[in-house]
Amino acid sequence: VGLGAIGLAGRASAQGLEPNTLEEITSYNNFYEFGTGKGDPAANAHKLVTSPWSIKVDGMVDRPGDYALDDLLAGLSVEDRLYRFRCVEAWSMVIPWNGIELADILNKVGVQSGARYVAFETVVQPENMIGVQRRVLDFPYVEGLRIDEAMHPLTIMATGIYDEPIYNQNGAPIRLVVPWKYGFKSIKSIVRITLQEDEPPTSWNKANPREYGFYSNVNPNVDHPRWSQATERRIGGGLFAARQDTLMFNGYPEVASLYEGMDLTRFY
Amino acid sequence: MAVTDTLNKGLRKIPAWLIYVVGAAYAVWEFWRALNQIGPYLVEPINVLERAYGEVALILMVVGLMVTPLRQWVGLNLLKFRRAIGVTAFFFVLAHFLVFAILDVQSLERVWTEIVKRPYVTVGMLSFVMLIPLAVTSNNLSVRKLGAATWRKLHKLTYPAAVLGALHYLWLVKGFQIEPIIYLVVIIALVATRYVAIPRKRQTAPS
Repeated sequence: VGLGAIGLAGRASAQGLEPNTLEEITSYNNFYEFGTGKGDPAANAHKLVTSPWSIKVDGMVDRPGDYALDDLLAGLSVEDRLYRFRCVEAWSMVIPWNGIELADILNKVGVQSGARYVAFETVVQPENMIGVQRRVLDFPYVEGLRIDEAMHPLTIMATGIYDEPIYNQNGAPIRLVVPWKYGFKSIKSIVRITLQEDEPPTSWNKANPREYGFYSNVNPNVDHPRWSQATERRIGGGLFAARQDTLMFNGYPEVASLYEGMDLTRFY
Repeated sequence: MAVTDTLNKGLRKIPAWLIYVVGAAYAVWEFWRALNQIGPYLVEPINVLERAYGEVALILMVVGLMVTPLRQWVGLNLLKFRRAIGVTAFFFVLAHFLVFAILDVQSLERVWTEIVKRPYVTVGMLSFVMLIPLAVTSNNLSVRKLGAATWRKLHKLTYPAAVLGALHYLWLVKGFQIEPIIYLVVIIALVATRYVAIPRKRQTAPS
């Protein structure tokens, strides 16, 4: 596993990936529980209570239960992953995550054979979350992955950035990171993981099914109705930053086999 | 009554061109902050500047639409500022469009694609195009050449332009957000005052 991480990081730097600064990563965020402005999460997320933190693991697992975060992660190795992060709003960053492969966590709780999907849920602390009070979305925020996506070695649960504990506005204390999907799939501040047979509902799909599908793979050839996805702007280039071409699966072609035979314009 | 009289008297001393000066200074100030990535421009200056210019344009359109009802209902006379407010609003829409086209989208071809393919860009563009003849004819010569009646009719384009501007904002945000809804409701209400009979405040009250 460690070698795999080095391999991934090595390949990333070979592609010339320069990480964004911690300041950029922690002050330009979408976390609608704390407001819809890009600076709102940084301004408001200090109210999030992250300790103690437990995660309910339920559904089709061998060892369900309410796990204290430390217990759930005990014995699993934290790895460094330098990933591209592409928002559906057509901006992107490069983020040096620290995290645990989701597959390691799922194997620890024991996935039963009938489980085909993983559902995730974000914490709701209404008194601490201004966006929840304003009902920007139907909270709690929910997301999901197909089991093969969840078990893919690129998929991690991040607990840190730049070897610092992950900031609240980035989804403390633990969040999903799926680098080949648009950022909103990478659900933050997770309190529940459910293994199930059916495709789980996802927040943006519920809010606007015409615009947001379940898969939401980064795909320059399939436009979001309101934003072209062909190009993106890397954060950090200033007022005259040039656009760059968006890569299929955000530059992670190794996941293409997961979608073989699927019409990606239909399953967007 | 006394308050509005004092206010009107004070406002008479303020030259309308001050609005152009303040507007231009504000636009330059925001651009300078974006260039140097100060404050809200720290991380991603392009979209923030685009939105800042667009929002000022909407605010100025709301203020411009308030001139007539304020005069009729409150007796506050801002009429002499209206042209400057409207023209400044146009310049902020123009600045908003230029940031969108040059700094954000960065190619004529893509600008055209955006206008054709994205309904929220289409309505924003429509609003911009409607404002062009208004800006061009915002001078006394045009009023004389067109005739007051025709000129007034033409300048009713302000109403659909303002509504489309607010719709453009509402359409581009994600999820349920209150700010664009407020703009749209306020603008529709202000336009509606033109078409709903409401008792007017007498202009020539004896003092």
